[in-house]
Amino acid sequence: MNNSLKRIIALLFPLVIGTSLLAGCSSDSVTDADEESEETEVQTLTVADEEYYSKFRDSGISINVYNWGEYISDGSDEGTLNVNAEFTKLTGIKVNYTNYATNEELYAKLKGGGASYDIIIPSDYMISRMIKEDMIQPLDFGNIPNYKYIGESYKNQAYDPDNAYSVPYTWGTVGIIYDTTLIEEENIDWDILWNEDYADRILMFDNPRDAFAIAEIRLGYSLNSEDFDELENAAELLKEQKKVVQAYVMDEIFDKMGAGEALIAPYYAGDAITLMDEYEDLGFVIPESGTNLFIDAMCIPSGAKQKEAAEMYINFMCEPDIAYATTSYIGYSTPNTAAYEMLDDEIKNDGISYLDEEYLAQNTTVFRNLSDEANQKMQDLWTELKSTHDETKNKWLVPLFMLACVILSITILIMRYIKKKKDIF
Amino acid sequence: MKNKLISAPYLVWMVVFILVPLLMVAYFAFTDKDGNFTLNYVADVAQYSQIFVRSIWLAAIATVICLVISYPLAYILTGMSKNTQSTMLMLVMLPMWMNFLLRTYAWMTMLGNNGIINSIFGFFGLGPYKMLNTEGAVVLGMVYNYLPYMILPLYSVMVKIDKSVIEAASDLGCNTWNTLFRVVLPLSLPGVMSGITMVFVPAISTFIISRMLGGGGNLLIGDLIEMQFLGNAYNVNLGAAISLVLMVIILLIMTIMNQFGSDDETVLM
Repeated sequence: MNNSLKRIIALLFPLVIGTSLLAGCSSDSVTDADEESEETEVQTLTVADEEYYSKFRDSGISINVYNWGEYISDGSDEGTLNVNAEFTKLTGIKVNYTNYATNEELYAKLKGGGASYDIIIPSDYMISRMIKEDMIQPLDFGNIPNYKYIGESYKNQAYDPDNAYSVPYTWGTVGIIYDTTLIEEENIDWDILWNEDYADRILMFDNPRDAFAIAEIRLGYSLNSEDFDELENAAELLKEQKKVVQAYVMDEIFDKMGAGEALIAPYYAGDAITLMDEYEDLGFVIPESGTNLFIDAMCIPSGAKQKEAAEMYINFMCEPDIAYATTSYIGYSTPNTAAYEMLDDEIKNDGISYLDEEYLAQNTTVFRNLSDEANQKMQDLWTELKSTHDETKNKWLVPLFMLACVILSITILIMRYIKKKKDIF
Repeated sequence: MKNKLISAPYLVWMVVFILVPLLMVAYFAFTDKDGNFTLNYVADVAQYSQIFVRSIWLAAIATVICLVISYPLAYILTGMSKNTQSTMLMLVMLPMWMNFLLRTYAWMTMLGNNGIINSIFGFFGLGPYKMLNTEGAVVLGMVYNYLPYMILPLYSVMVKIDKSVIEAASDLGCNTWNTLFRVVLPLSLPGVMSGITMVFVPAISTFIISRMLGGGGNLLIGDLIEMQFLGNAYNVNLGAAISLVLMVIILLIMTIMNQFGSDDETVLM
């Protein structure tokens, strides 16, 4: 009896599991179909001139693209385009896509040699540094007809005055992310980052250029100041801020703001939008007193092996459909006028991504590369800022260290003495 | 001849990946941007002496804490049955199966003002205490991450101590304390030395722990060197000079430590 029951169960068991699995599958596929029918916005790509893109179709070449992390539409969201795959489909050119985290990392990689890229996307100040050091080459705009879509206000910026080396990819501003439930102040401006009421709940940029820019706005200096006195004053202001700063961070801002660990942090508008999508309590404001406008632009390094294919890639990135896919996916603003027209009014008027022309012209500054001396000075001041401590601690650190050294050496001597004595016996 | 052949791969490896990079560090430290000889960068390192002192200090504290925790543990371990020993050793190694960054990141969420530890305190009406972004958190991170490097060499030396030596000591009227101090400790000194080396050296040059747990306001030498390469100024020569000075300091400290140990036993440097 017992045995036969077992046997029946053993026979039934896979059957039950099998049917439930099947049921699961079928119900899944039903919901999938539902979702797809609801999803009306599956983006398709149309390009104006397919003929142009067919040039390298059968040559089997590939290009190396070096871009910021999470800075392209990769099709991972439903209905979005996988930009690199579309490019390969259209042109037959393979794309080797790799990432970097900071402009400085990109610079160090190129400077160190050994790496060959055809497309890089540095920010404004890094572009001017690379132009100065012959690390990027002039573009042939005859190969980039879609350059016409780039808005006039993003062309001929100070970092590339004749706009010979770069094609703007995205742009954005720096503002303040804050917790709307706990901060009730109106007219939030940069001075909130110094406010002692929020001591230890404030985050700050962990890179000197962005941090100094905030201090320079408060002091009314140019964001591209190379004056040592001005830099020192800015450093002084940042030193004053250190008392209320919880931590100097970059990408950790996402976690710390999300978890309610900190209340206020300056950050880039595009990332702020991503963060606000996830956490409803967060708000973002671009201070009245002005801010830094940054532009990331596509460039071709001097040693590029496939210059023409790279220019084709740049042109492709300027296709309205592609630029639209990029800006919708990464959240940063697009300089592409045709893509801008395609955006929802909600995004156009959110007061974060796209600001009115007057504010942009009057209150924002684009970074330019500083002289080597000014860069070194800023770096030194930054190091000093980050390494100074509460005065009281400083006073004891060195004496304590010396004491430890002395104790150590005395112990060594005693040990040796004891040992010698032992050896004699 | 045969021996030399066998060691050839390692020798090649050592020359290509250890000796050549070391020489390059020295080359960059003593040249300027145009490749001319200069002592300026090495001299410039003096302005960072405070950071050096803090790094050495924090690394030393972490090393001592590691030693204090590991020594009794390793000693107790050797007294256990073979099976328990291997289980315990596996438990020691277990955290190392996870990525270093991930482990440190976990501490970040645990120590935060809204983190797990402060939530527990909050449950009893205490705190919240500021734990993250302090020097203490940096030391904690060092101890946590490098503890296995102290336990393993200690254990592997202690497990080889002949039990009959200890028995002989007690036979001859030595009490537990004396056995520990006069028999076990001297015999385990090589393990102590290599444990200290393996904890102190990575601890002094770490940069990710101080950035994640120290909040960026507790700059250590590692951060300083990293800033020269990936920072605003891109000063490779200064970065190399700082690295070189750090190496010399470690060399000095290790030499002193070796004096501390017994003379005839060489310690892994």
